[in-house]
Amino acid sequence: DISFGYLTSSSRFESFPIQSRQKQKKLLHTGMSKFTLILTSLNLQVLDKCKIFSSVSLLVFITFSVRSQDIRNTVGNIPMEWYKDYPHIGYDLDGKKLFKPIRNKDELDEFLDKMENPDYWRTVQDKMTGADIRLSDEQVDLVHRLQQGKFGDVNFNEYEPAIDFFSNEVMIHPVTNRPQDKRSFIPSLIEKEKVGKLVHAIKMGWIKPRRPKETTPQYYDLWAKEDPNSILGRHKMHVPAPKMKLPGHEESYNPPPEYLMSEEERLAWEQQDPEDRKLSFLPQKFACLRAVPAYSRFIHERFERCLDLYLCPRQRKMRVNVNPEDLIPKLPKPKDLQPFPTTQSLVYRGHSSLVRSISVSPSGQWLVSGSDDCTVRFWEVSTARCLKTVEVGGAVKGVAWNPNPSICLVAVSYDDTVVLLNPGLGDRLVCTASDQLISSYEEPEEVKDQLVQWAVAEGEGHEQGHRLILKHPKAVRQVTWHGKGDYLACVMPDNGSSLQVVIHQVSKRRTQNPFRKNKGLVQCVSFHPIRPYFFVATQRYVRVYNLIKQELTKKLMANCKWISSMAIHPGGDNVICGSYDCRLAWFDLDLSTKPYKVLRHHKKALRSVAYHRHYPLFASGSDDGSVIVCHGMVYNDLLQNPLIVPVKVLKGHTITHDLGVLDVTFHPTQPWVFSSGSDGTVRLFT
Amino acid sequence: MGGLQKKKYESGSATNYISRNKARKKLSLSLADFRRLCILKGIYPHEPKHKKKVNKGSTAPRTFYLLKDIRFLLHEPIVGKFREYKIFVRKLRKAYGKAEWSGVQRMKENKPAYKLDHIIKERYPTFIDAVRDVDDALSMCFLFSTFARTGKCHVQTIQLCRRLGVEWMNYIIASRSLRKVFLSIKGIYYQAEVLGQTITWIIPYQFAHDHPTDVDYRVMATFTELYTTLLGFVNFRLYQTLNLVYPPKLDGQGEFSLKSECEEDYALESESYSEKLAALSASLARTVPSVEDEEAELDHFPAEGEDLEKMETREKMELEQNKQKKLFEGLKFFLNREVPRESLAFVIRCFGGEVSWDKSLCIGSTYDETDETITHHIVDRPTIDKQYINRYYIQPQWVYDCVNGKILLPVEEYFLGVTLPPHLSPFVEESEGDYVPPEKLKLLALQKGEKPQAEEDEEEEEEEDDEDDEEEDDQSEDEDEAEDEASLAEMEEKRAQGKSLSVKVTPGKVKPENRMRTEQEEKAEEKRLAIMMMKKREKYLYDKIMFGKKRHVREANKLAAKRKAHDDANKPDKKKKKKKC
Repeated sequence: DISFGYLTSSSRFESFPIQSRQKQKKLLHTGMSKFTLILTSLNLQVLDKCKIFSSVSLLVFITFSVRSQDIRNTVGNIPMEWYKDYPHIGYDLDGKKLFKPIRNKDELDEFLDKMENPDYWRTVQDKMTGADIRLSDEQVDLVHRLQQGKFGDVNFNEYEPAIDFFSNEVMIHPVTNRPQDKRSFIPSLIEKEKVGKLVHAIKMGWIKPRRPKETTPQYYDLWAKEDPNSILGRHKMHVPAPKMKLPGHEESYNPPPEYLMSEEERLAWEQQDPEDRKLSFLPQKFACLRAVPAYSRFIHERFERCLDLYLCPRQRKMRVNVNPEDLIPKLPKPKDLQPFPTTQSLVYRGHSSLVRSISVSPSGQWLVSGSDDCTVRFWEVSTARCLKTVEVGGAVKGVAWNPNPSICLVAVSYDDTVVLLNPGLGDRLVCTASDQLISSYEEPEEVKDQLVQWAVAEGEGHEQGHRLILKHPKAVRQVTWHGKGDYLACVMPDNGSSLQVVIHQVSKRRTQNPFRKNKGLVQCVSFHPIRPYFFVATQRYVRVYNLIKQELTKKLMANCKWISSMAIHPGGDNVICGSYDCRLAWFDLDLSTKPYKVLRHHKKALRSVAYHRHYPLFASGSDDGSVIVCHGMVYNDLLQNPLIVPVKVLKGHTITHDLGVLDVTFHPTQPWVFSSGSDGTVRLFT
Repeated sequence: MGGLQKKKYESGSATNYISRNKARKKLSLSLADFRRLCILKGIYPHEPKHKKKVNKGSTAPRTFYLLKDIRFLLHEPIVGKFREYKIFVRKLRKAYGKAEWSGVQRMKENKPAYKLDHIIKERYPTFIDAVRDVDDALSMCFLFSTFARTGKCHVQTIQLCRRLGVEWMNYIIASRSLRKVFLSIKGIYYQAEVLGQTITWIIPYQFAHDHPTDVDYRVMATFTELYTTLLGFVNFRLYQTLNLVYPPKLDGQGEFSLKSECEEDYALESESYSEKLAALSASLARTVPSVEDEEAELDHFPAEGEDLEKMETREKMELEQNKQKKLFEGLKFFLNREVPRESLAFVIRCFGGEVSWDKSLCIGSTYDETDETITHHIVDRPTIDKQYINRYYIQPQWVYDCVNGKILLPVEEYFLGVTLPPHLSPFVEESEGDYVPPEKLKLLALQKGEKPQAEEDEEEEEEEDDEDDEEEDDQSEDEDEAEDEASLAEMEEKRAQGKSLSVKVTPGKVKPENRMRTEQEEKAEEKRLAIMMMKKREKYLYDKIMFGKKRHVREANKLAAKRKAHDDANKPDKKKKKKKC
């Protein structure tokens, strides 16, 4: 049952009777929260009764009174399994134990009950009392409804129309009877204060009036008055940004086929770093304009351009557009510098191994060549006929024809021996004279200990032409005659001792060692053609000694790693040095001790150099198999520097064992040059 | 002696340069603001000659600015604006934090703004300077105008860029100063000659952009800010030179309004108006009579003045240009809906043609497809269903090739479904020794007016080849005797001719060749010898130059060889096709 009531101002609860049972039920279902709803549904007659129009605040109390006939268990809302082990299940209002009904049904009974009792399905056990209760029809219905999520009451309509009391429609009567406030009649002080503040702020300029908003920029003639004076000075220094490179054919959407990349090119392109690529894109061909897609790197490229514009230092670079032809020095034409050897005219074949050294007789009629096949051959220059072959006991390192035309002697060096040969060619008178010269030697009274053993060749050797045999303590590499033909210098390169160069005097069969000290590995030596000077080339320097004063006069620095050969100009003031590092250095002795000119004409190491005796020519032979003939004019006027012009590259020798030309020498009178090579031939270029 | 010892790095180049960080501190700006300032003012770093001296002995990589430049920046009023903006942002954040929405509103309305007018004037003191530098501005504006209205930058910027781009294009049309167009895989390059300055810009193809993540859009936006200002002023002045109204107005308003009645697709009147402008077509075509007359007069006066002064070559050039300007005059084009409308409309109108398109494609079409007077219908699909007889159906490349070739090219090679001839870059000017693609040679011949000959020759050659082939075939197969005889006779004649020629010619030619050769050899040897005598430094330079030249030649040869291989590979196919035909 529900008692309905209201609290009066004297906090007395007065209940009012409720007419219909239906309304009771409605109240039961909706509860307190649906207060207004209750009020509406209660109808006005109820409201009249409780006089809610007065200033009494209305409260509705709903009390549920449990039926008195119920056996009330007083344990409250506890888990009932706590009483599982007891015979009672709780206590009634009087504090007496409530005993559980006797339950002796086992499973079978339960089953039978289930099968037989038609009300079994609506029988539930009361948790509080433990008794079985059979649900009435109404209760079952209620359960069903609740299970479906409906209201328990069948008759309750949850969608009843709501009545808006405080609606937008203005009614003629007030909803409440309250008189209006005073503040609704008088202006607000707070607002006044606020407005005052704003007015003050505006007056003080703290709040600025809204500017009319400019949505689009206004353009005008910015350059209407172009005043040259207003241009800043710094603008002259301004470097305008270079324009972007214009696209070529390969960027076309439909380029000519040759601009498309082949498969390998494409792969190479993909493997390259993006910075290294020549093209920043892959050329592509599309059949029609419609098929051209968007370029994915477009924004990137614009962005990179932006970066370039503001991050790259700009500089004006003067690009010198050099015509390469202008760089080539203007030299006199080789044609004007003739004569010089131009063509290979004769090849002297006969040697089976590389020809280390050659020499021409002072008359220019004979040529002698020494080879690694242990022979010395004498050739007739004009016919290339081998006149004589002399076998010696080792690979011939050097041959030198005596420059004195009245003596016919050839110095040949092999191993540690130097042999003076009389080839017996040419003028018989000269031959016999030279033989006599050697045989007329008389032993001096006091015999000194010589550095070198002098021996006269006899027997078979004599028949072959051997005249004098000089046994040296070490291997002799080079022999060279003095211009007069009496002195002979031999080089025995040895890093350790001071005995590297010896000078022999043939007429007196005397030998002397000019140097006391070892100044380095001697490469080659040479006599000055006129003056008593002696040139000694070590690895890096050429030392010039005065033989009379016995002192060092000059030390030429060749600026190269390893001098291989040296030649003295017949005038005596110029020296050329060939080196193994492909250079040829020309020294002007009057100018400086440094090279006047260094020529790097050859691709490989220079093996020998030579001056012509009369013509202004010099030649150099190199391992690259070529002989380069240069015009090297030395003027009598000391102020004028020598003129050096390469005039001809002569090629003929084949390269064997990485060696090309081993020796070059000029014909004494003609502008011809002989060269001997590692291919076992001697060639004449005329 | 005496005197104080000089301290290091207190004079000379060390004091002329300032590192970026120091410069930033001196201006008391954040890096972003400094960057923005440099972009706007056109200050770029300098590379000192002796970096170590400037860097006070350190070799660390640093960016250096000229101290003068930074001092110059100190006086810039915009720096103050930057600071104001910073303060504004701070206040705004605070207001947000306190949820003072009215304050936020008010502050937003009073957002500090700056103008770049004085910077433009300062950077480009003369108008010509500005025109010269407008390349990048155009490319950037056209790029920004293709951006979507959401996301990467303000809508106003995009709209402004679009507006300026359209203004520029309208000017180019009105002044007829477009010279070259190039369809590249990146976009479409245009080159115009404005007031004697060659200006090149690129417009991307109309697609949505795939915005890269590694691009700093703030930098781009700053550049765009500068460029829009520059372009606006340049446009204003250019419009003034042609006596056009700025902002551009369409002429013949009456008709325009009539037209616009039927096109109610646009919500705003102004919007539809700007779209009309952007259509570049019909609307302006109607303005042409009045505007162009003026323009023509304007054009003629200076031209005559120049003619009096300048050389004949100049005159010729001008004549050629004038001819080029009227390239499409009298031609009526219709664009199918799949072709790039804007680009084609722009190009065609630049050379005096009339252009229209389907009404549903875009606003501003002037005539329908059914118009009988249309001469060229531009289509970019293999076939079209309904064809009208009295017009050419051609692919869009024809228009661009005509512009670049400065003549109306024969349309046969550009018909629908035909394999197009290669599209060549008009920007390449081959010097001697460069590789010239055969298509270019053909074009040059066409320009000289040798068109029929060249073609005939080619055809003849081809025919001859074909004949030869046929003859060979004939030899192998047995066919009609009469034909055989005829062909054999021909062949014999040819052979006889060939033989007699060869017999006569060879002995005569040998000797002079030899002499020439010996001379050449001599010269070559002289040169070789002279090269041997070169100084080391000169030799190095010479070698470098020669290496470059050789590489150039090698590349040219490579291209030529590739072309030859391609032609050889394709020849049999062509012949087969011909035979089939």
